Amino acid sequence: MSDAPLVRGVVVGHGGLAEGLVDAARQITGVDGEAISALSNRGLGPEDLRRRIEDALGSGPALVFCDLRMGSCGMAARRIARERPDTAVLFGVNLPQLLDFVTHRDLPLGEIVERALERGRSAICRDEEPDGAHADRSAPGR
Amino acid sequence: MPIVLHRVDERLLHGQVVLGWGAELEPDRYLIVDDAVADAPWEQELYEVGLPDRVSAEFHSLDAARALYTEWSRAPSRAVLLTRLPSTMRALGAGGLLRGVPVNVGGIHHAGAREMVLPYVFLGPREREDLRALAEGGAVVTARDVPSARAISLERLLDG
Repeated sequence: MSDAPLVRGVVVGHGGLAEGLVDAARQITGVDGEAISALSNRGLGPEDLRRRIEDALGSGPALVFCDLRMGSCGMAARRIARERPDTAVLFGVNLPQLLDFVTHRDLPLGEIVERALERGRSAICRDEEPDGAHADRSAPGR
Repeated sequence: MPIVLHRVDERLLHGQVVLGWGAELEPDRYLIVDDAVADAPWEQELYEVGLPDRVSAEFHSLDAARALYTEWSRAPSRAVLLTRLPSTMRALGAGGLLRGVPVNVGGIHHAGAREMVLPYVFLGPREREDLRALAEGGAVVTARDVPSARAISLERLLDG
């Protein structure tokens, strides 16, 4: 592990989405609140939401995971990233992406972003069955 | 059906508006009336991100909106008009411009002296005065965050 500060993650979403994702990531990996935290936009105006995200980010490099690109969460994160150094924003957060993030926080922020994009996308897939699997199961006599 | 929704929402163009109301009303364009955003191209880009392909967003100052309102209300396109604050909608409606028009209060959040009336509506003396004046000018003011919710009357908002 390098001496560079660990990247902090903040998940921001509508309703209870962020809390649920972070709770699941903690349950699976055992990481603490320093690694990743959750914020909901529920009941918050644009300025309050921005302040809470900024507080959660702390002072070091940070990655904000948002649910939607469009919307108050994404917009607040983008406003912050415009002014705050070492801050990246991703949209369409999912659990496999978060699990990869919490185990690679020691990497440079740019590298983490690329990993998160790749992990997030590749995690969305269909359950591919081997060729002929259906035919075999439905064959007479089975 | 020119302007299909007049809405006061601090977040202006966001998920509830585009996905919730947008699916219900199928607007062609969003008319954002806000002096600060009308003068901030970068902010405008933020709001335009994620809009459906066939839908546009326009950003106007209050003065420009008052000048264009009659044209908008006669246009064949379906528009949703958004202001951040009740005071902006009140000023837009000055002189009876919004007489008989339903105005939807969709999101005024906690700040300063505002107190919670609904989970998505916090009102202080200034907001109460603006909404009252808007109604006295002929607008039909109710609160409703999403189309599937029940509309809450202005009387109940002001009693809250």
